Amino acid sequence: MRREIPLIITFIIGVALVVALFIPRRPFPELDAEFSRWFDIIAVFAFVLGGGNLLQVHVDRITRKHRDRWYSVVTLAGFLLTLGIGLLKVGGDAGLKGNYIAEGTWFKIIYDAVFTPLTATMFSLLAFFVASASYRAFRAKTREATILLIAAFIILVGRTPLGYYLTFWLPEPLQFLHIPNLSAWILSNPNLAGQRAIMIGIALGIIATSLKLILGIERSYLGREK
Amino acid sequence: MALLEKLSHIDRRIIFVLIALAVIIPMLFNLVFIVRPSPIVEAIFEKIESLPAGSKILLSYDYGPSTVPENQPMADALTRHCLVKGLKVYIMAVWATGEAQANVTIDSVIRREFPDKVYGVDWIHLGYKAGNQGLINAIFTDLKGMYTTDAAGVDINTFPMMASIQGLRDFDLILSSASGKPGLKEWVQFAGDRGNIPVAGGVTAVEAPLLYPYYPRQLLGLMGGLQGAAEYEAVVVHKYPQFKATSLTAVKSMGPQTVAHLVIIFFVVVGNVAFFLQRRKEKRARTA
Repeated sequence: MRREIPLIITFIIGVALVVALFIPRRPFPELDAEFSRWFDIIAVFAFVLGGGNLLQVHVDRITRKHRDRWYSVVTLAGFLLTLGIGLLKVGGDAGLKGNYIAEGTWFKIIYDAVFTPLTATMFSLLAFFVASASYRAFRAKTREATILLIAAFIILVGRTPLGYYLTFWLPEPLQFLHIPNLSAWILSNPNLAGQRAIMIGIALGIIATSLKLILGIERSYLGREK
Repeated sequence: MALLEKLSHIDRRIIFVLIALAVIIPMLFNLVFIVRPSPIVEAIFEKIESLPAGSKILLSYDYGPSTVPENQPMADALTRHCLVKGLKVYIMAVWATGEAQANVTIDSVIRREFPDKVYGVDWIHLGYKAGNQGLINAIFTDLKGMYTTDAAGVDINTFPMMASIQGLRDFDLILSSASGKPGLKEWVQFAGDRGNIPVAGGVTAVEAPLLYPYYPRQLLGLMGGLQGAAEYEAVVVHKYPQFKATSLTAVKSMGPQTVAHLVIIFFVVVGNVAFFLQRRKEKRARTA
């Protein structure tokens, strides 16, 4: 029964949600709304599961005296400190309904003074690596690579005001060569065609996987059978 | 040929230093370019302009601090435009970090530039709820079922502007400033398409090409990256010049971005010139 009950729940909810999309009559819209609420409640528990998993992995690394254990100590200290301060709403209104991120709370201070600069720094580093990687890897070695390179040039310049200044003088019949226009054309035509093909492929894959889940053919989400 | 060898293998530290200088120097010298709005950005502006005062706008903050330079100016400009038009702004987040980013707009735009706007009457901050696209699906029919309180924990039914809201169909426009999943795409798929609700917004430059398939039928307009944000700021300031002093964050950031793009192009050109010279040299050596 440990496997049958989840399979039955998946089947009922899956069928109800699909039917609700095509038959907007009672009781399907109500069922759709109710199941969505259940999903949101379950999603909250994913945070608990994620936190538990984080603790398990890093406590294990520390107890086994792994060579990277000091990173784990920092991770756990940061996690527990932020969690405790957020839950207790230190510096703000006490109680379950108090705003954990209100002005003056310690959580807000951690968010503004630690989390924000750290994540911004990590993301900013990408600019340096993108520049270095572009120099090393962006070579017109084949015809396809050359087309990609030309497209990249047009987009890079076209997505800045420079694109306008470079070709604004072009006469009306040649306006299609104006860099911002070329950039918009690449995004709205070749890019669009490629994206649509990928999206349709993904959608078909999702439909197939969903059907396998609803019908109980795909059972890997239940874990291994003992 | 020592030069050719050097051009083929430029030390990455030199590239890093030049990229840093490409960003720092234009910032120091306040290099600002004139930004011209594109039709895909103007479409959002025109839609907001066409809405009568009192129309209800849902503005979702779906990003975190890492993409603030791109997403925050978009969210700020949209909020500013909606409030100056007299629209009612409902702020929410499907990202946990979005709530704090919404607070940035509230402090720097709403409270500073629109002190006469009343909380709960002209604008409200609903905050973040877990569930990703499941949250969008849940609030489609029953927003108050998920949002029983605002972000500060006050009963949602005490606010006058919530009286007419049941679900997402009650909004005249859904806007999202997003940087990933769930984001603008999920708003189109789970709200816009399903309820025939107009959806628009902005995303990071990396994500923008992924959203073109939805424009213009499912997504009425799109701001792509910093350029998109700058274009929106420019069009808002053109119509409402009173915001010239406060509303040009992205326009000012376009200077460093333009120079950084030029440096990247320069290095790609150098790399390719060195590659072709090397290849010609090898060909000659083989035929000799």
